[in-house]
Amino acid sequence: MTPNAPNGDHSGNEPAGNEPAGNEPGGIVDPDVDLHDPAQLVETAAREWDLVAATSVGGVLGSVARYGLAVGVPHGTSAFPWSTLIINVSGCLLIGALMMVLSELTESPHRLIRPFAGVGILGGYTTYSTFALDVRQLLAADRVATVAIYLTATVIGGAVAVWVGWALTGRLGSSWLAGGDAVAAEVAR
Amino acid sequence: MTVLMVVLGAAVGAPARYLTDRAVQARHASLFPWGTFTVNVVASLILGVVAGAGDHVDHLVATLLATGFCGALSTYSTFSFETMRLARRGAARLAVANVVGTLVAGIGLAAVGWWLGHALA
Repeated sequence: MTPNAPNGDHSGNEPAGNEPAGNEPGGIVDPDVDLHDPAQLVETAAREWDLVAATSVGGVLGSVARYGLAVGVPHGTSAFPWSTLIINVSGCLLIGALMMVLSELTESPHRLIRPFAGVGILGGYTTYSTFALDVRQLLAADRVATVAIYLTATVIGGAVAVWVGWALTGRLGSSWLAGGDAVAAEVAR
Repeated sequence: MTVLMVVLGAAVGAPARYLTDRAVQARHASLFPWGTFTVNVVASLILGVVAGAGDHVDHLVATLLATGFCGALSTYSTFSFETMRLARRGAARLAVANVVGTLVAGIGLAAVGWWLGHALA
């Protein structure tokens, strides 16, 4: 079964062309703000305070988790940055799963879920700046081999984790949906 | 007290990314995720300055700016997800450009920031 299967299950009995633009194959590119998604254009048109507040609260939760992990797994400036790698790869796994749920498995998720969980919690949890600084510090310490391993592990590990989170959730979600009475009825409709 | 600094910095940093992302995306119709690119390289520059300044910056202020603000302003999960989306949409060149561009600009600006912070402090 492909990662797209849940989407296919939902739209399988509808004539092509009835699909809203945001659900086109491949879906949205930017999980934070995608102007190709009509629902998010509405967000852009009206900057409501509750979206900003949800992002802020989520960001605090994610950042405190990141801080806790960095304190729990400390590393010097010339040592392998295990905590950053663990944080970023696990965050990628989670955003793959979250975006599968929000864009493929649910019809109309609450408007605050993506700003809170995606932009806030996972955005606050993962970090690009620490990753970039880690690399700078390792290069300054002439740890070229460590840089090569760290870069490769983060980029490849992150990409694989996003895909695994996405595909695994799609597989689990579609079999769960197929078993659920309410949704099964809707799919059969 | 240190945790409170993380909380304060993140409370501002996360919505700052959201609003910056929206403002930048509203000006670019292209598929390339300019919004995420912008926040990630800006956060890398600021973090570089703070790290370069070292002990010249108060520990609590450094935690607020570095772990709190820059950590929440930048994101790896969204960057990685957008790269996968570009690849899945068949925009392989944009996906590669996103990875290479963000790596070069992010690490480069972290280095420039570190040098600046070190020189100015």
